[in-house]
Amino acid sequence: MTIDPDGHDLEYQHDDLGGASDERNASLGTYVLGLSLAILLTLASFWVAKTDLIYGPGIPVALATLAVAQMGIHLVFFLHLTTAPDNTNNVLALAFGLLIVGLVVFGSVWIMAHLNYNLMPTQQLMQMQR
Amino acid sequence: MSAAGATISTSDPYRLGSRGPNLARGHGGGGPASKRVVVGYGFWLFLLSDIVIFACLFATYAVLSDATAGGPKARDIFDLQRVAIETACLLASSFFCGIATIAVARRNQILTQAALIATGLLGLAFILLEASEFAALHAQGDGPTRSAFLTAFFTLVGCHGVHVTAGLLWLGTMMAQFYAKGFRPDIGRRFLCFSMFWHFLDIVWVAIFSLVYLVGTRL
Repeated sequence: MTIDPDGHDLEYQHDDLGGASDERNASLGTYVLGLSLAILLTLASFWVAKTDLIYGPGIPVALATLAVAQMGIHLVFFLHLTTAPDNTNNVLALAFGLLIVGLVVFGSVWIMAHLNYNLMPTQQLMQMQR
Repeated sequence: MSAAGATISTSDPYRLGSRGPNLARGHGGGGPASKRVVVGYGFWLFLLSDIVIFACLFATYAVLSDATAGGPKARDIFDLQRVAIETACLLASSFFCGIATIAVARRNQILTQAALIATGLLGLAFILLEASEFAALHAQGDGPTRSAFLTAFFTLVGCHGVHVTAGLLWLGTMMAQFYAKGFRPDIGRRFLCFSMFWHFLDIVWVAIFSLVYLVGTRL
């Protein structure tokens, strides 16, 4: 089982010709499907923001969920993030990036909410102690 | 031998089903990953670091969004109709950038330039709408100096706007390079980076319109 070196050289040149790296995946259908899904999720977000059908305090959660879903659509259909071997490193880097983003955002909100509570203006604090 | 190789590569482009030297390139077989894959990975790392910067700005905004100092709250100043048009512009722009990617893969100069012009015009419309929003807020005295909430808002949304503006300049240079130098491999790789950048900006905008504008109007 030896590989055909000529075949690989050809493939090298093919890969470096300068088309999109996503040539293999990119087609009009992919982009149209991604666009349709993104439009649907955007419309859903704007509808959720205006509706009274959803329990009020749940609306930010619904909006965050829709946003995450739409980001996933963009990553898969526009940025062509796949599970292919030449994409493994990208996915791992993304996972690490998400970890940092989660630490920064949730950590800040959590800590600052507690600080706000503990450093409440004196008047309010007095009222709470009553 | 070569016939067998051909069948494998059509049915199994990454050679996941084969052993030994027939492993996927960059994964133990067939030499290092192609330059395109490496360039894309490097730029992906840059984009992720940019995401971390935006995460810091989002965290700042989330912490300060209640600190209005007696000034306007989010729901008093956000105009959802304008935000909807901005969102549509940027999404369509991202789509045309995808069309340009297909056109570049087909080496079609006219389609490439046309798709890039559409991408740029929609991006420009987005930036002008955002600039008019900022100008209106500033004119009614609700500029970034009014309250901590508005400082965080202008910083976050303005940072995205600066990115889009830089992207528009990059877009112009890409059009000139395709026109003057044709579809050379190095220019194709630059365009790969540009398209990643442009799609990335749309992802950031999804977070902004959902978590800043839409949530803001409901709090």
